[in-house]
Amino acid sequence: MTGDMPGPLLDIAELAKRFTVGARQGLLARATSFRKPVAPLPQLHAVDEVSFTIGRGETVGLVGESGCGKSTLVRLINRLLDPSSGSIRLGGAELADFKARTFASNPHRARIQMVFQDAGDSLNPRFTAADAIADPIRRLKKMSGAKLTARVEALADMTGLPRELLSRFPHQLSGGQKARVGIARAVAVEPALLILDEPTAALDVSVQVVILQLLQQLKRELGMSYLFVSHDLNVVRLLCDRVLVMYLGKVVEQGPAAEVFADPKHPYTKALISAIPQAEPEQRIGRLRLGGEPRSPIDPDPRVCRFYGRCPKGTPRCAEEMPLLHPAGPARQVACHFA
Amino acid sequence: MTAVPALSVEDLSVEFRTRSGVVKVLEHVGFSVDKGETVALVGESGSGKSVTAFAVMGILDAAGKVTSGRALFGGADLLALGEHDLAEQRGRELSMIFQNPRTALNPIRRVGLQIADVLVRHGGATRSDAPRAAVEMLKKVRIPDPERRAEAYPFELSGGMCQRIMIAIALACRPALLIADEPTTGLDVTTQAVIMDLIGELAGEAGMATIFITHDLALAAEYCDRIVVMHAGHIVEAAPGRELFAHPRHPYSAKLLAATPGETVSLEKLASIPGGLPDLRRPDLPACRYSDRCERRLDQCAQPLPQRTVGERHVVACWNPL
Repeated sequence: MTGDMPGPLLDIAELAKRFTVGARQGLLARATSFRKPVAPLPQLHAVDEVSFTIGRGETVGLVGESGCGKSTLVRLINRLLDPSSGSIRLGGAELADFKARTFASNPHRARIQMVFQDAGDSLNPRFTAADAIADPIRRLKKMSGAKLTARVEALADMTGLPRELLSRFPHQLSGGQKARVGIARAVAVEPALLILDEPTAALDVSVQVVILQLLQQLKRELGMSYLFVSHDLNVVRLLCDRVLVMYLGKVVEQGPAAEVFADPKHPYTKALISAIPQAEPEQRIGRLRLGGEPRSPIDPDPRVCRFYGRCPKGTPRCAEEMPLLHPAGPARQVACHFA
Repeated sequence: MTAVPALSVEDLSVEFRTRSGVVKVLEHVGFSVDKGETVALVGESGSGKSVTAFAVMGILDAAGKVTSGRALFGGADLLALGEHDLAEQRGRELSMIFQNPRTALNPIRRVGLQIADVLVRHGGATRSDAPRAAVEMLKKVRIPDPERRAEAYPFELSGGMCQRIMIAIALACRPALLIADEPTTGLDVTTQAVIMDLIGELAGEAGMATIFITHDLALAAEYCDRIVVMHAGHIVEAAPGRELFAHPRHPYSAKLLAATPGETVSLEKLASIPGGLPDLRRPDLPACRYSDRCERRLDQCAQPLPQRTVGERHVVACWNPL
């Protein structure tokens, strides 16, 4: 269980999640299936053969537009959802075989924790800040009494939450304070991997800065690895060592954050970076704007590049041969025929 | 640019009556928007950006009361108009795009008909022509396959598409003034860029005055001619976007810029703003509502705020500007 194993902390290999769509529900579906074999139901490919690693102490950013499969990927890694295929290895242990339904009582549960998007919505309104932080410790570390109280207070200190606020309910706390409770709760059981889903999206810039700096400091102190999901590319650039770009269930580019931002190779990454608002007009030259809508993720043609149709490049080859993720520089990979 | 103010807000003050006392939400707010100009209202939550817009549109919550001020628009004071006259102006001359398109659209009416409704009510179109004009509007906001999309309900469309429908409704009657209240919050950056380009383009085409409410300074600087910075119900600084980024004069504007993750800074270099917004129910609110958080505070700061012109269209409300 200790993190002494060599190699990366998290190793995701060919992870996929397909949802069946348009199924007839209940008795009727069963009754009709007796009579004749039905054609296979359409499948929505939410996460499609994704592979990547997260090193110890590393912060990996995950970016992409809504509907690209970021949240599904996070739910798979967090073991809230069962994958269709593929493996999730955390420090050498295979987690993909455990069922999501029973993972809450699994000893590995404490090793992956999550900070949710909206701290207000993800805290139980009937739990005080102290209850919220104590809950996972009680369940996973079997701690109680004075020891538990001391631990909760230590966590409040660590996350900069004044102790006198511990007896308050979520509605009595400000946005920044709720964010601190969400973080304290997640680090309470000393996870090796912390998944952060847009932790500052609901906060004002002045509060966002404090929370981001807190996260950076906690990572150093507690030796955690982060998977950081965000829409705000400026925040990803500041916080992350490496970045993964997803488009319609596929990773289309990955590499060190500084390199990807300075020299994006995939046309989608280029469009994403072009979309960052710029105060200086000189920075706006040569921008790429995306028209249209993404292709349907339901039963996609395995030969066609997922970005085909929206891509400014789009050649006939892109419609006949799916580009695979291939090396593009020492630590970089990109899935495009022309990069 | 011809300096004809399309909207001129003067000395606007708004109070909210609550169970725990009177909240002075806006105090002596004044700014103007020229024809064809885009002005951003920026500030943190609670700074009074949306309340300013709601007051101008006459859609303040029942607890809110305008205690002073004028909003001059096309020769009339919007704040003095009766509900009937105001309803005639809204939709035709005054228009608004709301933050969350999914909650602002009617969930059980086809989007094409929602656009047609506005054209019939305010644009003088007949019931039989309106649907065709609605499809034209959908084309204008670049919705692919507009004939088919006009038949869709909001839940069948993506967030970006719904926002385009909102824009189509807002611009259907070619208003003279558009207020966009955080129109891209919750949208992807790629969609945000497309939507902002679209608003800018259509506004430019029609010579429309636009007020753009946002908390994203970089977005404001990219798409707006001028930026008005609000803090706790006061306007603390107003300047052309690039000027504000290069030389912020109010201490609060400078702090806000320093807290915004931008192009070159590292996380360590980003600075937070000490303190919080003052409690606006306090009877003894200081003249400068930033003074409790301010490092450059002087004895003079207890005096009523000055309006200092420090450059071309650059005004700052501070006794000790940077």
